[in-house]
Amino acid sequence: MSDKKNRLFETLKYLKRGEAINEGWTEESPRSRDWEGLYRGRWQHDKVVRSTHGVNCTGSCSWNVFVKDGIITWETQKTDYPTTGANFPEYEPRGCPRGASFSWYTYSPIRVKYPYIRGDLYEMWQQEMAAVQDPVMAWDNIVSDPQKRERYVKARGKGGFVRADWDTVCQIIAGATIHTIKKYGPDRVVGFSPIPAMSMVSYAAGTRFLSLIGGTILSFYDWYADLPPASPQVWGEQTDVPESGDWYNTKYFIIWGTNIPQTRSPDAHFMVEARYNGTKVVGVSPDYSEYEKFADIWLPARVGTDAALAMAMTHVILKEFYVDQPTPYFTDYVKKFTDLPFLVILDEQAGGFRSGRFLRASDLGSSVELAEWKTVLWDAATGVPEVPNGSQGFRWDQDSKWNLDLEKPDGTIIDPQLTFIHEADEVALVDFPYFAEEEGAMVKRGVPVKYLRDAAGELIKVATVYDLMMAHTGVSRNLPGDYPIDYDDMKPYTPAWQEAITGVKKSHCIQVAREFADNAARTGGKSMIAMGGGTNHWYHSDQIYRSILNLVLLTGSQGVNGGGWAHYVGQEKVRPLEGWQQVAFAGDWIKPPRLQNGTSFFYFATEQFRYETRVNEEQQTPWGGRFNKMHPADVNAMAVRLGWLPSFPQFSENSIDVAKQVRDKGFADDNKAAQEVARMLKEGEMDWSIEHPNDPRNFPRVFFNWRSNLLGDSGKGHEYFAKHLIGADNQVLTDPSHSWQPETVETDEVPPEGKTDLFVSMDFRMTSTGLFSDIVLPAATWYEKYDLSSTDMHPFVHPFNPAIEPPWQSKSDWDAFREIAKYFSELAEKHLPVCEDVVMTPLGHDSPDEIAQVYGKIRDWRSGESEAVPGISMPHFQFVERDYPNVYGKMITVGPNIKKGYGAKGVKIPGEKVYGQLEDRLGISKREGIGKGQPELYYDRQAIEAILLMSGATNGERAVEGWRSMEGKTGKQLAEIAEPREEDAFTLLDITAQPRQAISAPVWSGLEKDNRRYSPFTLNTEYGIPWRTLTGRQSFYLDHEMMLDFGEGLPLYLPPLAHVPFLKGEKEVPNNGKSLTIRYLTPHQKWGIHTMFTDTNQMSTLFRGWQVVWMNEKDGASIGIKDNDWIEVYNRNGVVAARAVLTYRIPQGIAYMYHAQDRTLGVPGTSITKQRGGTHNSVTRITLKPTHMIGGYSQLSYGFNYYGPTGNQRDTMTIIRPLKEVDWLED
Amino acid sequence: MRIKAQVAMVMNLDKCIGCHTCSVTCKNTWTNRPGTEYMWYNNVETRPGPGYPKEWEDQKKFKGGWVLRNGKLTLRAGGPITKLANIFYNPNMAGLDSFYEPWTYDYDNLIHSPKRKHLPVGRPVSLITGEYLDKPEWGPNWDDDLAGGSEIVPLDPNVKKLQEHIAMEYEKTFMMYLPRICEHCLNPSCVASCPSGALYKREEDGIVLVDQEACRGWRFCMNGCPYHKVYYNWNTHKAEKCNFCYPRTEAGMATICSETCVGRIRYIGVVFYDADRVKAAASVEDPQDLYESQLSVFLDPTDPEVIKEARKAGINDSWIDAAQRSPIYKLAMKWKVALPLHPEYRTLPMVWYVPPLSPIMNHIEEEALQTDHYIPAVDQMRIPMEYLASLLTAGDTSVVRCVLLKMTAMRIHMRGKSLGGMDDLRHSKLLEEAGITVEEIEDMARLFAVAKYNERFVIPTGRREMDGEEALHYKQGACSIESITPSSAFMSHLFAKEE
Repeated sequence: MSDKKNRLFETLKYLKRGEAINEGWTEESPRSRDWEGLYRGRWQHDKVVRSTHGVNCTGSCSWNVFVKDGIITWETQKTDYPTTGANFPEYEPRGCPRGASFSWYTYSPIRVKYPYIRGDLYEMWQQEMAAVQDPVMAWDNIVSDPQKRERYVKARGKGGFVRADWDTVCQIIAGATIHTIKKYGPDRVVGFSPIPAMSMVSYAAGTRFLSLIGGTILSFYDWYADLPPASPQVWGEQTDVPESGDWYNTKYFIIWGTNIPQTRSPDAHFMVEARYNGTKVVGVSPDYSEYEKFADIWLPARVGTDAALAMAMTHVILKEFYVDQPTPYFTDYVKKFTDLPFLVILDEQAGGFRSGRFLRASDLGSSVELAEWKTVLWDAATGVPEVPNGSQGFRWDQDSKWNLDLEKPDGTIIDPQLTFIHEADEVALVDFPYFAEEEGAMVKRGVPVKYLRDAAGELIKVATVYDLMMAHTGVSRNLPGDYPIDYDDMKPYTPAWQEAITGVKKSHCIQVAREFADNAARTGGKSMIAMGGGTNHWYHSDQIYRSILNLVLLTGSQGVNGGGWAHYVGQEKVRPLEGWQQVAFAGDWIKPPRLQNGTSFFYFATEQFRYETRVNEEQQTPWGGRFNKMHPADVNAMAVRLGWLPSFPQFSENSIDVAKQVRDKGFADDNKAAQEVARMLKEGEMDWSIEHPNDPRNFPRVFFNWRSNLLGDSGKGHEYFAKHLIGADNQVLTDPSHSWQPETVETDEVPPEGKTDLFVSMDFRMTSTGLFSDIVLPAATWYEKYDLSSTDMHPFVHPFNPAIEPPWQSKSDWDAFREIAKYFSELAEKHLPVCEDVVMTPLGHDSPDEIAQVYGKIRDWRSGESEAVPGISMPHFQFVERDYPNVYGKMITVGPNIKKGYGAKGVKIPGEKVYGQLEDRLGISKREGIGKGQPELYYDRQAIEAILLMSGATNGERAVEGWRSMEGKTGKQLAEIAEPREEDAFTLLDITAQPRQAISAPVWSGLEKDNRRYSPFTLNTEYGIPWRTLTGRQSFYLDHEMMLDFGEGLPLYLPPLAHVPFLKGEKEVPNNGKSLTIRYLTPHQKWGIHTMFTDTNQMSTLFRGWQVVWMNEKDGASIGIKDNDWIEVYNRNGVVAARAVLTYRIPQGIAYMYHAQDRTLGVPGTSITKQRGGTHNSVTRITLKPTHMIGGYSQLSYGFNYYGPTGNQRDTMTIIRPLKEVDWLED
Repeated sequence: MRIKAQVAMVMNLDKCIGCHTCSVTCKNTWTNRPGTEYMWYNNVETRPGPGYPKEWEDQKKFKGGWVLRNGKLTLRAGGPITKLANIFYNPNMAGLDSFYEPWTYDYDNLIHSPKRKHLPVGRPVSLITGEYLDKPEWGPNWDDDLAGGSEIVPLDPNVKKLQEHIAMEYEKTFMMYLPRICEHCLNPSCVASCPSGALYKREEDGIVLVDQEACRGWRFCMNGCPYHKVYYNWNTHKAEKCNFCYPRTEAGMATICSETCVGRIRYIGVVFYDADRVKAAASVEDPQDLYESQLSVFLDPTDPEVIKEARKAGINDSWIDAAQRSPIYKLAMKWKVALPLHPEYRTLPMVWYVPPLSPIMNHIEEEALQTDHYIPAVDQMRIPMEYLASLLTAGDTSVVRCVLLKMTAMRIHMRGKSLGGMDDLRHSKLLEEAGITVEEIEDMARLFAVAKYNERFVIPTGRREMDGEEALHYKQGACSIESITPSSAFMSHLFAKEE
């Protein structure tokens, strides 16, 4: 007892000696231990709140946030996940050091506590407002005056913020937005916010506002190059992967280009623990990365060569497990679940054969409905071609046979024949392309073919995809042609061939391929491959992935627990998808939203297309034809006019004016009106914005950035952003004069700079995006608001809950956009009465649009190859009402469209009942306005409840309704999948009390009932539901004309691009000292999730602070630098100032500037530009792959964040040299 | 026999992903304040590498731990006379260059920079001088994932010992992680080093603490601890160290570092040892015998004799039960797969490590891979056995090899269980060589792989009743506000009076 004691007495008391024990070595002291209360006091706290981190890391971890004395002090992980079963590792704890450092931000000096505005702009604003008293006019006065505009645009990125208040900034934002809508059109108001899954409601806050006003919403998953285009190509699905718990079920795990311990820290233990359960782990990586620590063998494949290794493994598996020793499990699987047995027409051209498109029922003269979309295989039982259920034609016909049953109408069974090798009518020599670093070529290889007569009686030659794959991969089967003799033959795609490319010993390649397949044969497919950014962030990512996917498809591992692909790049999975979409895109009030693919948008908006270089000229084969020599911007423009890709801004003319013009001409009927728009475009009465990106009318005028550090992080080609979009000082070291220019896209000689009038960002910390913004709004942190988070990695939906209310003047994103909408609507009363808008949308996936363009043939209406028909050969044009004065009223209530039903991915949920339940759960709005009497969405909590209630994953009734809607089309009993959980209805309080496991819903392909781990496509393999592809099966072969034109019908290896630092003729930086030209890579880092957390004191201290570039120590020595020396990294795109981290863990010839390092901390000036060094993206530039732009064709149809060109940036070369003087540029 | 209970930890290095979550959550809770900037009660080291503080294992330099001089156990740094001589200057103390100069950034400039010619930046600022730095020069984890390569790796004192075995080349790279906290030793040299008697080992659970009221800041504990896990707070002028989160363990909760360990590598449990045998165990002649002699002090908590003695020593049945379920006892004493860190320091450390497996070397040819078809044999692994032995067994590779064999046997057996091929294992010599049974293997696989929370952490609540029954009754109402609640006024127990 410690009260009122004489301290001296106490001290003396304990000086008396205690009992000696342990041979007199130890004394048992009777000392006082009252002081121990000191540390107990530190540990004691007042409140623990469940929240999580809204960052694009796929973690979605549940955390305890501790509040002590009213202050957020620290966080630890929650450990209360529902069990995975008695003999299975649990999900606890989830969380990593980055998340653990988050509380630092709350009270840190980097926190944005108040609204800030650029001083120059604020001054002019006050003057103009004093003069005109009207925000719209005030804004007009500023931006219409070139001198005034230049004054603040040129000040971007130079400091000089002043503190403002919410009223003022909302007025400016509302004024600028309305001005832009009136003058240029609503699609010039653009918003970027990524990854809704990481905080769904905060995402929805801005997109709901933008959807209501007709603004442009940019995609992110493709722009980040996190989208694996191979996934839609092969499966017709954006991305669907196993939860990490399923790793424990695998028995053979190849980790291939995804640094699991470093970037999937909370999940890594399942892999580690699987090893104790007997799982073999193989690591493929170009450096000794963290996951190699857990591997049994490390295959050190050189960067970007992964597809070569995978193709050789494909070769081994086909040879040993299909030809030498056919494996019944594999052959059964590929017959049922892949396109290998389907028939392909061989086209005779240039003195040989090439594989053409899939044979269709229509080719055989069949008159069934949608015969052009029904693919054909050979029935071994009867020896005739058959049209099995499940292909694209069955999805959209009126019947209910969209399933994988191999059954004819009379009930007899179809036995798909894989090969014609024993009954070929002929062995045709077919040409196959291959690509190589130095020189690509073609090989001629014998393929067994069958003869058929088409409807006109003409002879056609067909082969199975299986026989084509065998020939393509070089498995000879004693057929004539240029086949390799054995594994040691250097021809594609043998183990010896790959060794020369990848550096992986052929014996290891053979061994791993063999073991992988043998394991799958013995376990029924429990062989898994984890893949990620290391293999995906490439120009040819689709081919790298397709090559790797060969391995899981050929071994029957996909659609099996413990097997298949496991791709984790980006947290794209919004579990409660159906309901979230309604809230986020205001589908309850108005459709369609303007959803733009981010990659194309930024390619044009930042003028990166003007700096384009021709792709791998030295690698060209004699293969390419009509399309593969086109400039990507020209392909993109074509893709827009053919309805493949979206394009916003859409027309050079204001879309509101266009709508009025068309109606004024008397086109009252929406279809007729759309046709009139088509006519105007066709006859050139109106421009496509994409073909006139330099026309000031097509600039993105108002730009919202929230939940993102676009400029300091994801903005690939950062310096082009700074230069052309922002108009700030920049470090672009070249100009377009030596670059490859497009032909159909009209450009100025000198590309425009500073396109955007108003750049608004919302964040709780100051980043480069903030530094370049005009207005920075103070956001609440993740410990200060309500929201929802979900991920691929686990089956739970996690809540955010506030541990404290938003401090200072910060607001949650939901409250902030609601505030902006309020000001907007008030101003719209005067400036923007109700009007009509015409919205252009591309041909969409999961709609009848995906059967718009028959046979995958490209027919351009502009050159007269087809009629210009909206929704068929060109985009849709939809007329929608814009009720601007009621935007606010609609923001804060649920609109009546819900009653008509809603859905996602072709799944339909009836709406009347939902609407009634929404009224009960959200309460009825009593606020005056258009939504009075309807369910209220005023608070973020209400948005959460709406999402949970409207989605199958979180509401059992919705799940059952969704499954029932699928039953009609497929003829299968599906409702049983969710019926046991029909009464589950998650609320925010439920998931705050304890995480709950998601309910199996038909928008996802994995089954979760009976507490099994989520594994994608188990629905397809176990219930016979088709994949959303042309054949309805998993695709090896892609027969679109452009794919074939690029030589990419089948998976193959294409060398990585090598964008040289400077083009021929470009003015280079004088370089007198030593320097090094090196491949530059930006894999995901250890001390942050993107730039988030990197600026916390703990994270920067736990390594070396910022910024650093890793490279091999011999490379370092070759230019005279030591560990931690300053270097500059540069090429035509820009310059980075950083310190070198030297190591032998990374091979020579590559440098890692780990993604993502913002330029805000510890970055001096460069010697080249005398400006602040750049971000990791200052030396990158995106290059669009044309095949990613294909649309209107089955699974190759556009979906937001689903298909489209990716913003890949791995194919970059840079120069590195010492930075001799450090200048902090304090002037 | 004098039984005492010790709360101990096992870290499975084979599971460690090197993420440093433990370091961050610990730091936020305990050392996130002025005076403690450089204190990492918990840190994680990439090995090979010099660790933190730099080269802490170099006892020639720091003179930590115990040595046997003429058969007598003495502090390496010298006894009381040497201490007295050096009391105002300790030549063996680690300086700033062994730790690092903590830094922050001028964050405020990002928001409040006036309009200037260039983009604002937050420059690094020293937390010691308050001056701008051009760049940090060292940190608590400067060499993470082999950063610094062959310039830094050779500073590892273990590497110095076996230089000829380590090739610092891309193709032959290996690495592992070593998370470290205070060892809460049975024979703590920090306690013996303190001239003020401020350090002590707690009676009930063996946690070693620095009494913040008694510490006089002499700092002999800093290098007296051979693990370099006592730090000096420049603000309070007192030493601080890992307290094994006693405010949590007393409540039956895992330490922060364990609770938040996302690799799930940590285990906490109770072990019983004979306190009367500690000195003898620490005094065996050959350092390579120290591992076995340390093991010999632990008592089997299921032995009726031990239970009887434990009760006699005032250890209650829930602690006995915990000791019987202890994952530490299983891993370290029973299966012998967890080893002490540097037993040669003779402190009898109580944090135990399961050594890591590693990929086979790529130059090994295919035939060699086929020993059991899937699982590579331990002798071909990348991490040199000698290196692990230098860390964990005072250089005895046979002990390390035996552990790796057990783990390999476990993987083969568990694979066989799901795939077939069990006979291979039974017919192989592996089990015999590893000295383990199939039953043990399966128990081990459960604790390694499935490892539910309540199996990883078996922590009985603290025996606060040892404070005295009247004290607890009083504290129930008065704790944290004792200063306004004189205990002399507490009348519920008539005997609750001051002496």
